Amino acid sequence: MNLRGRVFRFGDDIDTDAIIPARYLNTSDPQELKKHCMEDADPAFFSKVSKGDIIVAGKNFGCGSSREHAPIAIKASGVSCVIASSFARIFFRNSFNMGLPIFESDEASAEIKENDIVEVDASTGLITDITTGRQYQARPIPRFMQELIADGGLMEHILKRGGI
Amino acid sequence: MGMTIAEKILAAHTDAREVKPGDIVKVNVDVALANDITAPLAIEAFLKGGQAKPADPDRIVFVLDHFTPNKDIASANQCKMVRDFAHQHGLKNFFDGGEVGVEHALLPEKGLVLPGDLVIGADSHTCTYGALGAFATGVGSTDLAAAMMTAQAWMKVPESMKFVFKGELRPWVGGKDLILYLIGDIGVDGGLYRVLEIEGPAVTSLDLSNRLTMSNMAIEAGGKAGIIRADEKTEDYVRSRAKRPYTVYESDPDARYASVREYDCANIEPQVAFPHLPENTRPISEVGEVRIDQVVIGSCTNGRIEDLRVAAGILKGQKVDKGVRCVVLPATPEVFLKAEEEGLIRIFLQAGAIIGPPSCGPCLGGHLGILAKGEKALATTNRNFVGRMGDPGSEVYLSGPAVAAASAVTGRISSPSEVME
Repeated sequence: MNLRGRVFRFGDDIDTDAIIPARYLNTSDPQELKKHCMEDADPAFFSKVSKGDIIVAGKNFGCGSSREHAPIAIKASGVSCVIASSFARIFFRNSFNMGLPIFESDEASAEIKENDIVEVDASTGLITDITTGRQYQARPIPRFMQELIADGGLMEHILKRGGI
Repeated sequence: MGMTIAEKILAAHTDAREVKPGDIVKVNVDVALANDITAPLAIEAFLKGGQAKPADPDRIVFVLDHFTPNKDIASANQCKMVRDFAHQHGLKNFFDGGEVGVEHALLPEKGLVLPGDLVIGADSHTCTYGALGAFATGVGSTDLAAAMMTAQAWMKVPESMKFVFKGELRPWVGGKDLILYLIGDIGVDGGLYRVLEIEGPAVTSLDLSNRLTMSNMAIEAGGKAGIIRADEKTEDYVRSRAKRPYTVYESDPDARYASVREYDCANIEPQVAFPHLPENTRPISEVGEVRIDQVVIGSCTNGRIEDLRVAAGILKGQKVDKGVRCVVLPATPEVFLKAEEEGLIRIFLQAGAIIGPPSCGPCLGGHLGILAKGEKALATTNRNFVGRMGDPGSEVYLSGPAVAAASAVTGRISSPSEVME
């Protein structure tokens, strides 16, 4: 599966309160949450983002709370995947469980620019910056987590296999 | 090969005799926790799974503590959904109404988490229970739904980092200052994917409340858990509360650590974290002139009776500055009752503080003390991200209860020694 879109860049340590502020957590409806996606990092984000677009960030993306509303809001906003040099661990886990593709690459995180058009081969983790022609290989994903993705998320994995 | 406490607890909850960092293991879960924000998503996922009943209802704990007492209609609806599910499945560990306390203060107090336990919680500060010698970590709602279905979770065995605090604590320094100092040293991702194992004579000298404060903020360094070995003080704390057996684990002398750091407490002053990351710490002597509009004393980090005693000791006979709103939120009903019995509530009210109900409230910008644009708060809470306590144009500074109480009196971030002379 290829993911393709325009890049929105963010810095280091983007926390879950920036991704979806707690003041909107009185609902878990993706259609409501998406309107406030990235609001405290870029108030205009939702008005600019289009289906397929890609977030590229620095280190420790998604630090802070355990709220699954964060990957839900990003996914519902139309973003096809997130590329960062590292992810905070609960956000990392939640993304796999929710089916939001995420990729770790120091080089891609450092070099890809705002508004570049980027394509990612979700099955191999090969990241291509169409604008510059450069390619990057995302860090490999552990086998168990590949299984989760193949099964369509943690719940689907349990239902299919009768347990974790 | 020797194992760390974390590795031993993980191994004890699998079929394996040994685990090593990097292994992905299936673990049995002793406690699975969620709150009024994360439980609704977990329940939705559980219901979608189609299983009639949770695998073990007694292991599930739901606490309606974040946006309660219900702050608006949407929050009320979320609570109602959790309440209906809890009643339908006869969950005995469901905390609602006057039984609500801030979850990570409440569970240790009720003896629901014990040394050697494996705890997952759909709340990032679940790592608090590491202070009891448990392996406790935050997860998302889907992981929690999976634990409701199977009483299990999957874990990647993390590497451990050791932090040793030596020397004697300086005046007005508590667990909050030590953990802020540590986070200031390694940064908000310095412990990413790893266990922070915290020890040393200075940690041993702390009471359980101050240790819980330290483990609570392991996540603020990216940590998967923040573990403190259980000792006599821990056993004294849990013995009267535990309703089931527990196991105390120690790291082997030849256990492997990704790194070992030592700190001399002689160098650690009361700490303040500046906006907008907990790693932006400064010793109180280097804070400078920072005027504040609000002080918050409470939360899972510093809302226990020991914290309120420290704050009341400073506020006794003093007045909260005219320009400051000082909000005190005892973390649990038991803490509130003790504070009343000990006369602390009277001290707070006479000083001009506002007493609120046990709730996470303003910590995450829910209610009970939201900031306007341009306002600054000093809070004993755990996060100071942009917009955390209200308007994205507001600022949050973090400290322990002593600095918070002193600053409420002066109206600017101040050392307790300034007020207590």
